[in-house]
This record gives sequence, C-alpha cells and structure tokens, in this order.
Amino acid sequence: MTTTTPTTTSASTRRARRGTGRTVLGVVATLVMLFPVYWMVNVSLTPQDRMRKSPPDLFPFHPSLEGYRTVIADQGPYLATSLVISLATVVLTLLISAPAGFALAKLRPRGAGALTFVVLISQMIPGVIMAMGFYAVFLNAGLLDNPVGLVIADSTIAVPFGVLIFSAFMSGVPDEIMQAAKMDGAGTFRTFWAIVLPVSRNAAVTVSLFTFLWAWSDFLYANTLARSSDYQPITLGIYKYIGNNSSDWNAILATAVVASIPAAVLLVAAQRYVSAGVTAGAVKD
Amino acid sequence: MASTLTPVADPARASAPSQVSAPRPRRRRRPERWAAAAFLAPLVVYLVAFYAYPLYRNVELSLRNYTVASFVNGGAQFTGFDNYRTVLSDPVFVQALWHTAVFTLGSLAVQFTLGMALAVFFSAHFRLSGLLRALFLVPWLLPLIVSSSTWAWMLNGQSGVVNAGLHAVGLPEPQWLSSPTWSLVAVLIANIWIGVPFNLVLLHSGLQAISSDVNEAAALDGAGAWQRFRHITFPLLRPVSAITLLLGLVYTLKVFDIIWIMTRGGPSNSSTTLATWSYQLSFGGLIPKFGPGAAVGNLLIVVAFLAGLLYLRYQRKAEL
Repeated sequence: MTTTTPTTTSASTRRARRGTGRTVLGVVATLVMLFPVYWMVNVSLTPQDRMRKSPPDLFPFHPSLEGYRTVIADQGPYLATSLVISLATVVLTLLISAPAGFALAKLRPRGAGALTFVVLISQMIPGVIMAMGFYAVFLNAGLLDNPVGLVIADSTIAVPFGVLIFSAFMSGVPDEIMQAAKMDGAGTFRTFWAIVLPVSRNAAVTVSLFTFLWAWSDFLYANTLARSSDYQPITLGIYKYIGNNSSDWNAILATAVVASIPAAVLLVAAQRYVSAGVTAGAVKD
Repeated sequence: MASTLTPVADPARASAPSQVSAPRPRRRRRPERWAAAAFLAPLVVYLVAFYAYPLYRNVELSLRNYTVASFVNGGAQFTGFDNYRTVLSDPVFVQALWHTAVFTLGSLAVQFTLGMALAVFFSAHFRLSGLLRALFLVPWLLPLIVSSSTWAWMLNGQSGVVNAGLHAVGLPEPQWLSSPTWSLVAVLIANIWIGVPFNLVLLHSGLQAISSDVNEAAALDGAGAWQRFRHITFPLLRPVSAITLLLGLVYTLKVFDIIWIMTRGGPSNSSTTLATWSYQLSFGGLIPKFGPGAAVGNLLIVVAFLAGLLYLRYQRKAEL
C-alpha cells in the first residue's frame, strides 16, 4: 500500500501536467487561428491617420470609433435589407423543405430515391453557374434588382440542405405515433402539422439558423442580381466600400465586424446546432 | 453552395449533404399517394423552376451568339459549339484550369493535414477543449466577404500585418495581391484558413466513433503516439477521411467569393480559376460575353458533377 501510493500520485500528476500542457498548446493554437479576427477588430478601431503606419500598431493604442460612426451613417439601409432578405429566405426554405422532408421520410412516395438523388446533386452545382442562369431568367421575368429575386436565389443555397435535414430527422419519428394519429382520425396534413413538425423542432432550428447565415453572407447572388437595386444587402455595402474608398480600411473592417454579429450570435447561442449541421450525415454516427 | 462549409462555408462554405437512405417505394392506398404528391409538389416545382430552368438557360446561352441587345430582346443566333471552341482555344483556359487544379489540391492537402492534426489533438479531453474547438469554427461561420476583406488588408503589400511580420524576421515582403507570382498563393492562404474548421469538425466526429480500447491496448503494448496514429487511428479513419476529402473537393471547385473579392482573378489572370474566369467573361468586363462565360460555366459543372458522383458513390459504399 505504502509503496504503490507514490507511483499513483506521480502518474496522476504527470497526467494533470500533460493536461495543462495541452490546454496551453490549445490556447496558443486558437489564438493563432483567430488572429485575423483580432486583426479585423484592431484595424476597425484604428484612426485614419495611423492606418498606413509601418509597422502597424499591434494593439488599438489610440482607439477611435470613426470607422463605426461611418458604419452607422452609411450602412443602416444595407443591414436592414440583409435582415429582411435573410428572414424571408428562412421562411421560403422552411415552406419548401419541411413538407418535402416529411413526405420523403414518412409517406414513401414513388420516385423518392430519384428525388433524393436530385436534391443531393443540386447541392453540388457551383454558385457561379446558378448566378448566371438566374441573371438570364430574372432579366426576362422582371425579377432582376428585385428583393424577391434575391430571396429566391438565396434560398437555393439552403433548400437541398433543408430537405435532407428534415427527412433525416423525421425518419427517426416512430411510425407508431403516426399510426396513433391516424386512429384518432387525423389526416396526413394534421399529422404533419400537429405531431411530426413539433417534434422536429431541432431540425427546424438547425435549418433556420444555417439558412439565415447563408443568406446573410451571400455575396455572389447579390453582386449578380442586385447590382443596381435600391435594396442591397450588407455584403454589397462592404464590397462597394472596398471599391470606392479603399483607404478607409477602418470603416470597411468596422462594417465587417458588424456583419459578423449573426455568426457570433449563432456560435454562442446555438453551438450544438452548428456542429450538428456541419456533420449532418456527412459522417455516420 | 455559398461556400461554403458548409461547412459551410460555401464552404468551403458548406451545406453538408445529409445521409438519407432513400425510403423504399411501397404501394400505398390511393389517398396517401395523393398526400405524398401534394407534400412533394412544392419541392418539385421549385427544383424545376429554380434549378433546372436556370441551368437550361445557361446551356442555351452557351450555344448562341448573345449580345446585350439579343440578351434582352431574344433572337440570338444559334452557333452550336462556337463558344466552346472560343474558350478552349483561349490561352486563359489552360491558365484557369491549372490554377483550379493548384488551388483545389493545395487547399485540400493543407486543410486536411491541419484538420487531422487538430482533430487528433482535440480528441483527448482537456480543460477548455470544448470551448477552444468551438472557437475554431469561427473562420468557417464568418461571411466570406468579411474574411476575404480582412485577409486582403492583412496581405496588403505596404501596410499589411503579414509583411510587417516578415520584415521583422528579415524575410522578403512579396506584393501578395498585386504580383502575378503571389496572387494565387494569397487566395490559397485565405481559403485554407476558412476550410480548416470544416475538416476539423468532420474528422473529430470520426475520431469520436473509434473505440479508445484499441488505442489503449496498443499503448500498453508499448506503441508510441505516432505509431498508434499511423497504424490504428489513420486506417480506422479512412472512410471518414475519404468523405471529408471528397466533400472538400466538391466545395473547393465552387469557390468564387474569396478570389473575386481579393484579386478578381488578377493581376492579368494570375489567380483566376474556371469559376472566376466564367464570371469575369459574363459580368467582369465592359462588354459582357455571356456565351463564352456560360460555356466555361458548363465545363466547370461537368467537373463538379464528376467530383460529386465520386463522393456519392463512395458514401454509398461506406454505408454498406
């Protein structure tokens, strides 16, 4: 007993020390990885006359809010447009993908396999090609420079993902629940609306969060389909800044900081949904 | 599709395709079949109107000689494969193809290696490991315009922090974004930064599924950490690795935003890929060349589909 005690203590202290070592190493790696994010914030707080200083200030020693004042003065309408377009995209995506996911998972229609395959493949189409096609279609349909067109285009980023998430999640809903609902005289729509959809809340949250983030972040469709629109999203607000006054990098990166807020909120508030969304299906648990 | 990562970041941004085993078609009572059709109808209409039709228009664009006037009013002349001949004989085509290959393979190799190292590192639980791993997701979640403009300023030749660092240690300071030698490297660095989290998350969840018993047994037998990784972890992780790489391939072929925002494919096409060249032809110049732009886009779609089919085939095989 007395002989074993010292060895176990030393083993556990060694393990503890290794754990601390790993934490230190992990913190250093994370700091390196997040340096660009820090740099964005640092530059956004740098006053204009120190912007071209060489070497640049590593810390905001002379913090200035002039960049953020410019954001507030210029970017309000862009932020509002992004918010409205992203929310509308979420609604459209849910309307299309939730019923389809339910049908694929629970109603076993003919051609379900083929349809799932088409949905999978449609995710792989490069956005540039879709953008060009939408430009041609919207030009003739009068949807160019129209927020409705942008919502439709943005939703194509998310609908296949939505269908696959809903269908994967809803196939986990026990058939007995469906049967019981039918016994009680509920039709298919009621079963979907009152029973399957409420228990699929997690899937709906995941789909909504990612759809919002993708629509909020979209640059390609906005730059192609809303070039002369009265309603332009924040991604174009930043892009125009870069093009017009490429010296105001504090304003450019202050806008970037503001545009990152939804991603930050998502990470803090819904981290488990994020990981679920990334790994969804790509790896089998 | 945004990029991306999806995981996403467009993936780089990704909408991760989910693993849905196709439900087996089974004969049902008639009303239920109607119900299924009604629930699927919006999706089918949506796919036809907002996927198939734009893609069809794109094919049509590539087979006609479109001008700005005929683009609006119709009546463009049918020219068969003329647009394809034009782009294939353009010297930029070979450049764009080569850059696409370098950009894609370079991104995949570095992202995967770093992602694997980090996944193994984080697979041991230590204090703060969950929090730090979550923070690693940040680059993937940021809008691409945010990360691209931040990197553009960091890599600025005169005032960028990267060159300040290189100067401090006495290394040469390249004009990252304005020199044809370095522009492709510059966009590659930014894309790798965005793609590492995606690889980390997928590989980490793959590692969670591997039982720790095998590793512990090997450790008792005296196998070192590298030996255990080389002979146990890595072989067991092969299916997940393949899926990660193939998904990465599909996403990286699509990358557009990062390159367009940082360099617009320039200077003088030195960082252009098939995706950015296609866009450049259609929307980048004073006179839009919709036909050739669509032709390049359709060539890219063939490559993307081949990568996609490879992924789906592998995924199905891994399931069995």
